[in-house]
Amino acid sequence: MSLTPDDVKSIARLARLAIAEQDIPAYAKNLSSILEFVAQLEQADTASVQAMAHPLVGVPPRLREDQVTEQVDRDRYQANAPQAEAGLYLVPKVME
Amino acid sequence: MLHTKSLAEMARDLKARKVSSEELTRAFLERIERFNPRLNAFITVLKDQALKEARAADLVIAAGRGGPLTGVPMVHKDIFCTAGIKTSCGSKMLDNFVAPYDATVVERMKRAGMVLLGKANMDEFAMGSSNETSFYGPVKNPWDETRVPGGSSGGSAAAVAARLTPAATATDTGGSIRQPAALTGVTGIKPTYGRVSRYGIVAFASSLDQAGIITYTAEDAAMIMSIMAGFDERDSTSVDRPVPDYAAELGQSMQGLRIGVPKEFFDKGLDPNVAEATRDAIKVYEKLGAVVKDVSLPNFMLSVPTYYVVAPAECSSNLARFDGVRYGYRCKDPVDLTDLYMRSRGEGFGAEVKRRIMTGTYVLSAGYYDAYYIKAQKTRTLIRQDFIEAFKSVDLILGPTTPTPAFKLGEKTDDPVTMYLNDIYANGVNLAGLPGMSIPAGFVDGLPIGLQLIGNYFDESRMLAAAHQYQRQTDWHTRLPKGYES
Repeated sequence: MSLTPDDVKSIARLARLAIAEQDIPAYAKNLSSILEFVAQLEQADTASVQAMAHPLVGVPPRLREDQVTEQVDRDRYQANAPQAEAGLYLVPKVME
Repeated sequence: MLHTKSLAEMARDLKARKVSSEELTRAFLERIERFNPRLNAFITVLKDQALKEARAADLVIAAGRGGPLTGVPMVHKDIFCTAGIKTSCGSKMLDNFVAPYDATVVERMKRAGMVLLGKANMDEFAMGSSNETSFYGPVKNPWDETRVPGGSSGGSAAAVAARLTPAATATDTGGSIRQPAALTGVTGIKPTYGRVSRYGIVAFASSLDQAGIITYTAEDAAMIMSIMAGFDERDSTSVDRPVPDYAAELGQSMQGLRIGVPKEFFDKGLDPNVAEATRDAIKVYEKLGAVVKDVSLPNFMLSVPTYYVVAPAECSSNLARFDGVRYGYRCKDPVDLTDLYMRSRGEGFGAEVKRRIMTGTYVLSAGYYDAYYIKAQKTRTLIRQDFIEAFKSVDLILGPTTPTPAFKLGEKTDDPVTMYLNDIYANGVNLAGLPGMSIPAGFVDGLPIGLQLIGNYFDESRMLAAAHQYQRQTDWHTRLPKGYES
């Protein structure tokens, strides 16, 4: 599996990552070698094998009562925001 | 020479009031000040706060209310959220992030009265095997400062190896505790998936991540595991099972213990000198009365490729939260929302993190999802079944932790696949969700190597006991790197 520079650009777009034009060839090369490496999975016979998503196989997901367990301290959380004002997160204008 | 004692000895001395927490804390802070400029093992050093905590611990001990770990200094990997303290995860993305709350592990160690010396350097978002992807620069290996300490918990491992702290927390998604522990000659344990709470740990790959501890000895690790492990309702993957008193169970006899050695671990790729040292280490168990036999993990070679589909897929999803809006890095003068997302992420993440996000995005994208992601979930089942089959006839699996001793800084940074193969013996353990350890098992060309122990699900107790029994017969774990002895 070999990725072209255009493939890399479209993956970067999907992942919302700005990649400098001069770095594209290096990513194409490295990502291609990673995909080539993982392609060896194709040889494994998995016709009758169940997929697993996590190691807790057969353990039912744990649920709890829908109760309030903590008070949200908005100011403390928003202290980490790049731009916040009057309790709101600020972003560039999305509508004219 | 306070730093040459084990954590268990320090804890006993504190209890007997032979030493105060303030004296111990000062001794380690002085070592950090002296040696960290050479190693770069710390992102944050908490001098004043640590001394304050130490004095508080001394009062608790004096009042006779101390627990087994009260006043013992330690370090957190910078992936654990610490309220009011910068939690960077080794990334420019979180360079300005001050955690608003404590991780459960942090809370538990605080409650036990342990003293926090600082936060350890690490590969960015725990993605790396050499600690060279950190935004804060690489960590050096104290055994040879031109070599890597391993990763991603490279700062934790180097700090313990240089005796800048008796213990450091760490996380292991595909070997990030065991591999650096091996390359720096210290003891590291990755517990069973679900054993230690992950609440407040920055997520990398949620079906693989698990937290553990790096220490000088298995006894030290056992003491800390008893307070770290246990159910936490705030982590939906936390398993509700009683936590044994690991330290009390270290005396278990090795007589008749069935040890399996996977023959695939000794195939090509393993440095012959590491193979020989590993076989010598296994002989120690035979002398203790264990029964050693060959086992097979036929799908072993699928573990690294499986890991490099599953882990990037989960990372691409987990790291979608870094959007430059709620916290973390934001680019300058975004023209619109898309530009804000793309440049904040493009500038905030380093190259390896971007590679993994893109690999994950690709394997999850329409048209490739079945061929890569579902396929890897199936080969993951094969890997897990191999271990389950092996554990039908053995109690413990032993082998090398890494194929070679520590490599040179810069040696593998241009070739991600070669770097990934460093964790060839480690990845499968995470995919299966089993507990694993690495303990010092000798030297090759003057560099430490690790013996890997793999236990059955939730059988940390037997694994720790086996590590402890080995350390009673050997002194590798007491060796200090040259220049760091006093």
